[in-house]
Amino acid sequence: MQRKATHPIEDRSRRQFVRQVVGLSAGATLLNLVNAAATQAATPLRTTAAASTASAPEAAHQPRYGMLVDTQKCATGCTHCVDACSREHGLGGSNAPLTDAQWIRKVDLRDVNTARAVSLPMFCQHCEHPPCVDVCPTGASFKRADGLVLVDKHTCIGCRYCIMACPYKARSFIHENLTEQLPRAPRGKGTVESCTLCVHRIDAADQSQPACAQACLDAGHGALLFGDLNDASSALASRLRKQPSRELRADLALNTAIRYQGV
Amino acid sequence: MNTSDSAQTQAGEFALLQSLSSRVYTALGIAIALVLAGLAAAHYMDVNGHWVTGMNNHVVWGIPHVFAIFLIVSASGCLNVASLSSVFGDQLTKPLARLAVVLAVGLLLAGLGVLILDLGRPERLIVAMTHFNFASVFTWNVFLYSGFVLLSLVYLWSLMSPALRMWRSRIGMFALAWRLVLTSGTGFIFGFLVARDAYDAAILAPLFVTVSLSCGLALFLLCMAMLRTIIGMSVSQPLLQYLARLLLQFVLLAFYVVAVMNIGASYVQEHAGFQNFLLYAGGGYTTGFWIAYMLFGSAVPVILLTTPMRESFAMVVLASALVCMGAFALFYVVIIAGQAYPMDLVPGYVVTSSSFMDGAVAPYTPRLPEILLGLGGLGFAGAFVLLCARVLPLIPISQSSRGLE
Repeated sequence: MQRKATHPIEDRSRRQFVRQVVGLSAGATLLNLVNAAATQAATPLRTTAAASTASAPEAAHQPRYGMLVDTQKCATGCTHCVDACSREHGLGGSNAPLTDAQWIRKVDLRDVNTARAVSLPMFCQHCEHPPCVDVCPTGASFKRADGLVLVDKHTCIGCRYCIMACPYKARSFIHENLTEQLPRAPRGKGTVESCTLCVHRIDAADQSQPACAQACLDAGHGALLFGDLNDASSALASRLRKQPSRELRADLALNTAIRYQGV
Repeated sequence: MNTSDSAQTQAGEFALLQSLSSRVYTALGIAIALVLAGLAAAHYMDVNGHWVTGMNNHVVWGIPHVFAIFLIVSASGCLNVASLSSVFGDQLTKPLARLAVVLAVGLLLAGLGVLILDLGRPERLIVAMTHFNFASVFTWNVFLYSGFVLLSLVYLWSLMSPALRMWRSRIGMFALAWRLVLTSGTGFIFGFLVARDAYDAAILAPLFVTVSLSCGLALFLLCMAMLRTIIGMSVSQPLLQYLARLLLQFVLLAFYVVAVMNIGASYVQEHAGFQNFLLYAGGGYTTGFWIAYMLFGSAVPVILLTTPMRESFAMVVLASALVCMGAFALFYVVIIAGQAYPMDLVPGYVVTSSSFMDGAVAPYTPRLPEILLGLGGLGFAGAFVLLCARVLPLIPISQSSRGLE
């Protein structure tokens, strides 16, 4: 598996700095920890299937879910992945592209130097160091142990700071009242949401493919390969190990779980 | 204080706004009307959702945030007027300290109120007060802003109580340090955003600090002008000239930081696209920067404050209003243009098609509800000062013998 080299020194420095700031507010931090623990206990999504069986000896492996996007197989004009995501999560638009939620979108690109055309899906990159999680004042934006970056809709206050911080414009703020939401995709006006990599499927453990990847496969493209980045035997890890890929905005050193080929 | 003796009673060297004249009623009425309009707008936005505003998923922070940042940053600068005497020993501005502290508190509460009422879920304020992520500069600011209000109240107490006189200087020093951190923290809201070309720069912290000094003092001068109009508060010529000189220095200081920030960013190829957008091709944003901030918000006030015109109270007030307008325009450009400019999602490629308008400048036009919400914040600050002046002896009378007239 090819993994981008992280920058442990910079990461450590940043974390140390944050910890020092935390140290200055020891009393308040204690309150935060109590709250975080209470929230975590009350929010099943924050625990993964793997984490819930962490005491089992075979559960020592900690998965990190990710995806490889092969842009050479991604057809211009094809929106199977986008349509599948909308169906899976009940994303009914109001024909207002500026305010409608778009968990995944198709972007067509052209190489500045060679004019080569590329089409790719853009969605939450599930960063190892997600800026949206860093800036969220209430901790509503969080990263699970398996690497999924999610939003706790119960503690999101709708400040939109995470949208400001996301380098991929992958998050949507719900601008209008919603009705008939799906139980597997809780959504509500005034909160922020984004791709969950179909966390409900992952946690159900019977349909491991996200809806977009499944739809792409069903359409015969197979441009989206989902899997466990930490499992060396997975098809995803194997392919990343053998073939070149890249992170988008690798300069930000976010170590994204979504990798792209052919761009 | 040379007029309206009937409107005020003397409490030591300070006056209490006692009987309410028609002018006071008018000012208070306008302020409260703005507050009510702001509250109604916030309710309208809350019930219908933010689609009734001009904000969208590209420009997620709009004019309410410009108002809020302007008010909060001005609060910090306004408190500086109190620091002049408490910390730096200036005697001329000593009588103004109480009024400055009260205005600072009013401005900060107003800014916070606008921010809170613009939240997608404002009723979850309690969540924001009980769930903290200390990696977020927003969380730091929750403590910095609430601490600012508490500290300012203690500061005001020390200014009004002889028993706390010996602590005044130390409290003032602490307040000065606090507000410097607060304003820097407000700048870091943007400075810590690594994703966008316009932000991700530590210089945004000193930029906010220097602009706070200029627009905070300018707003304080406008507050004095308001009190002069409605209750006849007079300002001595030496005091006016001192504040005018100070305003000039602060305007030049802010201009320097703005210039350094833009020259530095323009030199770096990575930021060339955004700088070209901001300084040349950005349409209204470019106009806002050059005409509203540079020309009318900086150059004209400098002219007014460096020529004999500055001896006129009206000209100093005009300069103050222009400085406030310029600061507001600068914040608008920093906050809105920074979001409107497209992000480079895949370096080396240009976007040819996207359902989300990637690669294109995002549109944003403020709509009435969000404008009213922001104006409500200004109204709150005005009403807060008037109502506080009604119950606390804030307005200095020591200048009366050297009245401007």
